[in-house]
Amino acid sequence: MNKNQKEWIDITSGVNVCKCMRCGKCSATCPSYDEMEYHPHQFVYMVEKGNIEPLLNSDSLYKCLTCFACVERCPRGVEPAKVVEAVRLTAIRKQGNNHLIPDQIPEMLDDDLPQQAIVTAFRKYTK
Amino acid sequence: MQTFTYYPGCTLRTKAKDLDAYARSSAEALGIALVEPENWQCCGGAYTTATNEPATKLSAVRTLMSAKDSEGLVTVCSACHNVIKQTNYDISRNQAMANKVKLYLGLDEAYTGETTVYHYLELLRDVVGFDNLKSKVIKPFKDKKIAAYYGCLLLRPSKALAMDDPENPSIMEDFIRAIGGTPVIYAQRNECCGGYITMEDKEQAHKRSNAVMDSAQSMGADMIITACPLCLYNLKKNSGSDMPVYYFTELLAEALGLKEVANE
Repeated sequence: MNKNQKEWIDITSGVNVCKCMRCGKCSATCPSYDEMEYHPHQFVYMVEKGNIEPLLNSDSLYKCLTCFACVERCPRGVEPAKVVEAVRLTAIRKQGNNHLIPDQIPEMLDDDLPQQAIVTAFRKYTK
Repeated sequence: MQTFTYYPGCTLRTKAKDLDAYARSSAEALGIALVEPENWQCCGGAYTTATNEPATKLSAVRTLMSAKDSEGLVTVCSACHNVIKQTNYDISRNQAMANKVKLYLGLDEAYTGETTVYHYLELLRDVVGFDNLKSKVIKPFKDKKIAAYYGCLLLRPSKALAMDDPENPSIMEDFIRAIGGTPVIYAQRNECCGGYITMEDKEQAHKRSNAVMDSAQSMGADMIITACPLCLYNLKKNSGSDMPVYYFTELLAEALGLKEVANE
């Protein structure tokens, strides 16, 4: 267990993962549940246990839609999306670890795709 | 005439010109002056919740500061609204963040959330008033069943957005009533359309946007309205449904008899 990494994720998220009572409502309400290897409640639990490596290497980091459903609906105010975000930042802040690079953009474009999609994806996937 | 600072954001200048043009013409007809700040920057599209990412908040703070001396800052795009509102909320409660931003921007004084932010729908509800709006409607949407699509960004997190009840909102339904239509309540109205996942996973974008359209249609909707360019894109292009999707400002302009004028 990498203690510094866990501490840094706790600081970055601002979340006290120990408040979680394991009800699973975050995962039940997540629109990306089916697409995820690790679900929102697992992010919270695994960060609590310091089992962060599998999360850092999982595509689940890029499935969160930032819809804040888990943040709004958590009965304990744990705010799981902030934990997902902190783990994702830990992954992409490493040089060379960007999930999206500008060269990939042209083939993703069509005539109607709003700029909003591109800037949002960059903010989420790239440092 | 009341004067507000108006922040269009990147997409209203390009792929969502209708959302912008109808917002401006309708505001003018309703006696509201919208003044765009000079040299505004893109809001970033998504709010970074991380406590140690001050750089991602700077453009929103610049926008908020540009409206400090007006009656308030008006946004239309749901994403811009979400980012700017969350920034304003957090910076008003987090002195350390306010100080960091002050140092980054070289400000004389820290900005600590003094600006009032209105989404255009809030402007209609809280400044214009829905009863007043109703009295100005020339072409009501009589017998039209209209589904309001809130998506995620207008309502959540409700602590910061504070627009409406996050699970049982009514602001868009009240807007629909004001323009003479019949609102349709459906389960998916405040669930996510898939957002930016359309960039790399069309299948998921289809699944989410189709769930929204299906849910609205199953409750008898003739059309669906949104404030968000990315929602409009997903609902139109990725859902596979042929139910019409409009920006709420387009219906507003039409009800006020301004649509033909705008198209001329």
